Amino acid sequence: MGKTLFEKVWEAHVVDSVEGGMEVLYIDQHLIHEVTSPQAFQGLRDRKISVARPQRTLATADHNVPTKDQHLPIREELSRKQVQKLVENCDEFGVTLYGLGHPYQGIVHVIGPELGITQPGMTIVCGDSHTSTHGAFGAIAFGIGTSQVEQVLATQCLLLSRPKKMRINVEGKLAKGVLAKDIILYIISKLTAAGGTGYFIEYAGSAIRDLSMEGRMTICNMSIEMGARGGMIAPDKTTFDYVEGREFAPKGEAFEKAKDYWSTLYSDEDAQFDKEYHFKAEDIEPMLTYGTNPGMGIKVTDSIPSGSADQGETSFKKALTYMGLHSGEHLVGHGINYVFIGSCTNSRIEDLRLVAEFIKGKKVAQNVNAMVVPGSQQVRKQARAEGLDQIFIEAGFDFREAGCSACLGMNEDKVPAGEYCVSTSNRNFEGRQGPGARTILASPLMAAVTAIEGKIVDIREYL
Amino acid sequence: MEKIELLKSSCIPLPIEDVDTDQIIPARFLKATTKEGFGENLFRDWRYNRDETPKGDFVLNNSIYGGRILVAGKNFGCGSSREHAAWAIHDYGIRVIISSFFADIFKGNALNNGLLPITVDDSFLDHLFKEIEKDPNVEVEVSVPAQKVTILSTGESRSFELDPYKKMCLINGYDDIDYLLSLKDKIQAFELSKT
Ligand code: SF4
Repeated sequence: MGKTLFEKVWEAHVVDSVEGGMEVLYIDQHLIHEVTSPQAFQGLRDRKISVARPQRTLATADHNVPTKDQHLPIREELSRKQVQKLVENCDEFGVTLYGLGHPYQGIVHVIGPELGITQPGMTIVCGDSHTSTHGAFGAIAFGIGTSQVEQVLATQCLLLSRPKKMRINVEGKLAKGVLAKDIILYIISKLTAAGGTGYFIEYAGSAIRDLSMEGRMTICNMSIEMGARGGMIAPDKTTFDYVEGREFAPKGEAFEKAKDYWSTLYSDEDAQFDKEYHFKAEDIEPMLTYGTNPGMGIKVTDSIPSGSADQGETSFKKALTYMGLHSGEHLVGHGINYVFIGSCTNSRIEDLRLVAEFIKGKKVAQNVNAMVVPGSQQVRKQARAEGLDQIFIEAGFDFREAGCSACLGMNEDKVPAGEYCVSTSNRNFEGRQGPGARTILASPLMAAVTAIEGKIVDIREYL
Repeated sequence: MEKIELLKSSCIPLPIEDVDTDQIIPARFLKATTKEGFGENLFRDWRYNRDETPKGDFVLNNSIYGGRILVAGKNFGCGSSREHAAWAIHDYGIRVIISSFFADIFKGNALNNGLLPITVDDSFLDHLFKEIEKDPNVEVEVSVPAQKVTILSTGESRSFELDPYKKMCLINGYDDIDYLLSLKDKIQAFELSKT
């Protein structure tokens, strides 16, 4: 019987099997950030052991960092201490750190790919659930808890049960104004926030293959929002072209050799999946969320439903009360005062180019506070080189420095209580963007047009 | 890791689905560099008003409920991978969570911290919520060796799944690192085979 893409990569990394079915998986690349690593480093100290493979470990600071005046010390004391702790830990244990001020600093899931660290066929982990992003390259990449961060630091391995296999096929051509973000929000709205739990997903089909690497990363990024451990896409020419020439990618003959191997990474025709779904690209419209988990999404033209098949009445009502929305209501026309364009889902150069192209010569509505936060220093630099920063600033956007920013209420960038924010990030949980903040997830284009109109509209009417 | 073998306790009911880790412990409380003290901020924004006064209608502020077992709606622990969620629940004094469905990463994190997630069928969960509603003092008994959970008032019980290796770890208080460290030679041999 043939093998799936997932099986090929997984099986190439099994060091040992344990009675009862768990396996010891070798990790090629470990990524680290300031929030989920301090207790793991402390664990090593308590055990009097070192980092097993520092050269396979890379750290950056992203969650706590301010996106303004990054050259100044972080104002908030606890954030400053946590970032400082990362500096000390990396120093003590010999781990490379692209910290604040470094030209490679940025959101961990943006810098891995752009530096060529993320490559097909790898196993990649990070103490962060959106590690699934790297699966876009045909890698097995997933988020882990701090105890597991400590395991990987100590042994470069993890003890795991093998997840089940799911394939999601999206065939056809996307309509104008419909982006990768809409594909994934659509899929999650169909499968629910728990629909992928226990599975590792492979995304396939012509609509997926037609996407750029940035688009593929947006899709894989949100796999965790349906509960899946991760998502991956078979590497192809798009992937190889993206990786080639990047700082840490193999060069010359080594690249050609790697490419030969990467080209074998696809699901065989007779490979078996535990579950398979089929969607048509033509059925997908610009999407919006109306509730407090990413599964609570609708097409821009739909009204808010009166209940959900998988959520109880109490939870559904609780979500709508929090959002200040009602069943039967349409989101189009709803006034919006905050727009956030950023996060590891949509803060890459392609996202910024798309938004800049649309807003060029337009002005942000009077009532809107709009922010563009590049995912990394490199994205920021590139945006400036292309003059995108000027376009944003002239339109009235706040163009910031790199970091997670308003994706999570941990640094200075927050959405005030009760306010609606159309956000290109990945989570609309209660309080995610700050206590009481109301998040509506959308694509970068939907966010851009919201900023200009000051209310929710259908982007397709503006293209 | 703290051992867990047998537990008999009353329960804290939280009949809400899709409880995400941002609710269990909001991001702004993740700035600590140690594992202690997160219990104080467990369910912070559901538990307290913005002026720090307790919200009367939240279960943790209702003195008739208490105990070391949390009973929650399905898909508990979804969202962020923050292990701080498991630390917060453990630090608050809870040792077992019963639900009909757990998010993967949370489940792993819980098991790595001596916090046992027990998955039961919907009807048992429903029944348990009803029993707690009838009598907040109703006790539930959990046996890790027997992999069994019993509602003592009605005698209704279910067996639950638990990986044999994880079971051994819970009963003995072992963690995965000790085991992985013992594989040093195998890991090295694996690396050599790949170069
Ligand atoms: S941008 Fe948001 S989702 Fe991505 S790593 Fe940062 S906090 Fe997590």
